[in-house]
Amino acid sequence: MSNGLLFALAGALLFALGAGGVLLLTHLLRRILAFNIMGSGAFLVLVGLAQRGSVVDPVPQAMVLTGIVVAVAATALALALARRLRALTGCDDLDVATEPKGKSDA
Amino acid sequence: MSAATAFDLLLAALLLWSAWRALATPRLDRAIVLFIAFGLLMALAWARLAAPDIALAEAAIGAGITGALLLDALGAWKRRAGKDKPGSPS
Amino acid sequence: MRRAAIVLGALAFAGALASALLALPPAPVSLPPAVAAKMDVSGVSHPVTAVLLNFRGYDTLLEVAVLLLALLGVLAIGREDRIVRGRHVERIEPVVAMLARLGVPLMLLVGIYLLWAGAHRPGGAFQAAAVIAAAAVLLNLARLTPAWTQAPGVRLRWGLTGGLLVFAGIAAMLLTGGTLLAFPPARAGLLILVIESALTVSLGLILAGLFLFLSEDRGGRP
Repeated sequence: MSNGLLFALAGALLFALGAGGVLLLTHLLRRILAFNIMGSGAFLVLVGLAQRGSVVDPVPQAMVLTGIVVAVAATALALALARRLRALTGCDDLDVATEPKGKSDA
Repeated sequence: MSAATAFDLLLAALLLWSAWRALATPRLDRAIVLFIAFGLLMALAWARLAAPDIALAEAAIGAGITGALLLDALGAWKRRAGKDKPGSPS
Repeated sequence: MRRAAIVLGALAFAGALASALLALPPAPVSLPPAVAAKMDVSGVSHPVTAVLLNFRGYDTLLEVAVLLLALLGVLAIGREDRIVRGRHVERIEPVVAMLARLGVPLMLLVGIYLLWAGAHRPGGAFQAAAVIAAAAVLLNLARLTPAWTQAPGVRLRWGLTGGLLVFAGIAAMLLTGGTLLAFPPARAGLLILVIESALTVSLGLILAGLFLFLSEDRGGRP
């Protein structure tokens, strides 16, 4: 088994782990972590799968390089939203936030 | 099994373990530190996949900037938790 | 109940995905030879940079736009509150301050090296920008630069958007050739260097801004 395939398999497991985390965890920061783990898993699958035959493939590498930068921007935006929500409602998760406690941004 | 394969297996196992702990550990600050460790392990994995470009970006972004963003958010989270309990002043 | 269903679902998904990866036949189109065949007209000698800035330049152009949009989103949401700042001045460890003073010039140097190296070995605008942004974060942690508490001024706005504008401008200039971002081989190296330099500055500022616009600490010397 080439190491490309090995890391692609690890990426598949990481993606599943992250997806489970996004669904199961309620704390917003924890969900953002889980979402990032999903993304890392997808990146590993992309590059690992293309390099199954142990030939370096620059095309998925370039795609993943831009993907990592977009992922950090998405994380920053998610954190900004989460912090704003926390400041407005004082709660850690979306379940409580959907029921406005008397005061919203009205 | 060659030493390289053994190292790759160990690295993949460490990736999965650190990701799992980052999601499952009860304390949030520890979870974020584990996630930063996960980012550094990802950089190693990219180096093993002969992708030095991604390894460089992952080390600087995954471990550096994302870590700083998360820790800053955690700091803000904790400050607010200590400051106001139920209804926050607007 | 719901928890068990999600865990089982994730396990089944992982198993299905893993078996699909193992059973997948080899790709019908192999890209590495296609990239290698065109390397001599790409203007650079590092394949990843060639793909990023030349062969798939369109993706990169839009990606920079996405980053700018994310920063606009962060700016639009704003900080959670602007009152708590400045209530206490934390003491900065001398080690952190020293590390920042010694490290930041080196990090800037590494950034410039990575930008230049991108043409022929691993490196390029994205890595250079990431290192420069990390240097800005370090400066903020050592309280040597304040967080950006105001809306960006005119100069910062030009800095943030400059990379996208230069990239889009060059793309528009080359439209007379008929295809988007088809660099003439003779000038491809120079054009890529110009685009990468502009991208380094803009992406560095954008990535630093994602942190500095969110960070609460006013910083500055007390």
